[in-house]
Amino acid sequence: MITFSNVTKRYRGGTEALKEISFSVETGELVVLTGPSGAGKTTLLKLIAAIERPTQGSVLVHGQNVGKLTRGAVPYLRRNIGMVFQEGRLLFDRNVFENVILPLRIIGMAHKEAAKRVRAALDKVGLLEREKAQPITLSGGEQQRLAIARAIVNRPAILIADEPTGNLDPEYAVQLMEMFAAFNQVGVTIVIATHDPNLAARVTSRVLHLRGGVLQP
Amino acid sequence: MKSLITQHRAAVVLTVNRMLSTPFATLLTVLVIGIALSLPLGLYLVVDNLGRIAANTQGQPEISVFLKDNASATTQHSLETKLKARAEIKEYRFVPRDAALKELSKNMGLTDAATVLGKNPLPDAFVVTANSVDPDILDQLRKDMQAWPGVQTAKLDSEWARRLNAFLRLGKDSVLLLATLLGFALAAVGFNTIRLQVLAQRDEVEVSRLLGATDAFIRRPYLYLGMLQGLLGGLAAWLIVASTFALINLRVAEIANLYNLNFLLEGLPWRDGLVVLILAGMLGWLGAYLAANQHLRGGAAAH
Repeated sequence: MITFSNVTKRYRGGTEALKEISFSVETGELVVLTGPSGAGKTTLLKLIAAIERPTQGSVLVHGQNVGKLTRGAVPYLRRNIGMVFQEGRLLFDRNVFENVILPLRIIGMAHKEAAKRVRAALDKVGLLEREKAQPITLSGGEQQRLAIARAIVNRPAILIADEPTGNLDPEYAVQLMEMFAAFNQVGVTIVIATHDPNLAARVTSRVLHLRGGVLQP
Repeated sequence: MKSLITQHRAAVVLTVNRMLSTPFATLLTVLVIGIALSLPLGLYLVVDNLGRIAANTQGQPEISVFLKDNASATTQHSLETKLKARAEIKEYRFVPRDAALKELSKNMGLTDAATVLGKNPLPDAFVVTANSVDPDILDQLRKDMQAWPGVQTAKLDSEWARRLNAFLRLGKDSVLLLATLLGFALAAVGFNTIRLQVLAQRDEVEVSRLLGATDAFIRRPYLYLGMLQGLLGGLAAWLIVASTFALINLRVAEIANLYNLNFLLEGLPWRDGLVVLILAGMLGWLGAYLAANQHLRGGAAAH
């Protein structure tokens, strides 16, 4: 599903975020990417979604060379990848329901069908009762769950999450990880980046350890 | 196809809602566009009306066709047939030499010019009025008549027509120039308002891109916004010009009455109005397109 071959990412200014990375993630796998901040976890996730492009090497997603996609093809790649970001990236000018429906508006789904899917997604993350709420009134954990609902509403084949448990207390973090594990059960390929090694141990999954832009054995 | 219609409808609804949510800013933008457009539009109508006045008033350029001294009645008749045949001639009248002399005497205050002069020096003449004020057509007509047998000379009082035409051309050129300049201004106003909108909503733009939105999807509401602003601005210009002309016409009617004339300024024909609306909409769209693209392709949002 996802294959990195000798991927190096060098940012302008010369910083090397990733050095000669090679690994692959099979369909239906749940992979946890650990390592201290600055190890290159975020960069690795960005390469999967074509937010950044590799300096060397190739990144294949669904057999497509993501680094070589044209500008016009990138949106269609992203529609198949649900993303949960470190900073949440919620839109605070609209309510919970409107936040979650955005990906479906983007693909032009009719409103009735879209509304059904939005409620199903909100139900999965336990926010169905809060669909009219403004995101600013939600707690940190609820905001993170809202972000997850938005990431899964389009039923993507791949879900990538960057520090989804970032500022949450440990109990809440465990709940969230269990939620990811449940999505994985129904066949979604998942890559989660976290700096918290305990969290990785919580779910039965493969762990990739990054340090200084290099994969540790 | 269905999803495309859904998307366009959603974009229109979103645009209208956004405009209604900031009514004051929207009104100001529309007014700026409207006033900018009303200037060339008003000037165009003024020039148009002047042209109409010029074409209708007396003082149409006349061509005097002087016959040869020895011209016979038959020559005169054959000339009349030729005059009748020319489509560009509106009317003509025959001025016999005796009548011309009487007229001259009267104008000069002489009781009988013929007694002073000894004999009548004036020839018979046709005075021809053309349909057109176009100097080129008039000149061609004069040349043609000059060449007719029995004609001594044909003289055209063309200076008057030339001057008027030059002024009208100046007016029309000014309208064109002003319209071009203000068209640029309109596109710039559209560009700037949309740029500010995009900046205000850059979070949404950024998130939408990450969720797989195409450039076309992101651009769409802004294009509608630009187009709607342009259309409303065009409508405002139309209203401004129409109401201004209605006010001015009250005075014009008074003055025309004093001069025993039946004259009113003509407003904007609805066909021209529609053209203005369409142009304004297109310019608004263009400004929006440039602004949205600049944001999408430029700098921070490039990935």
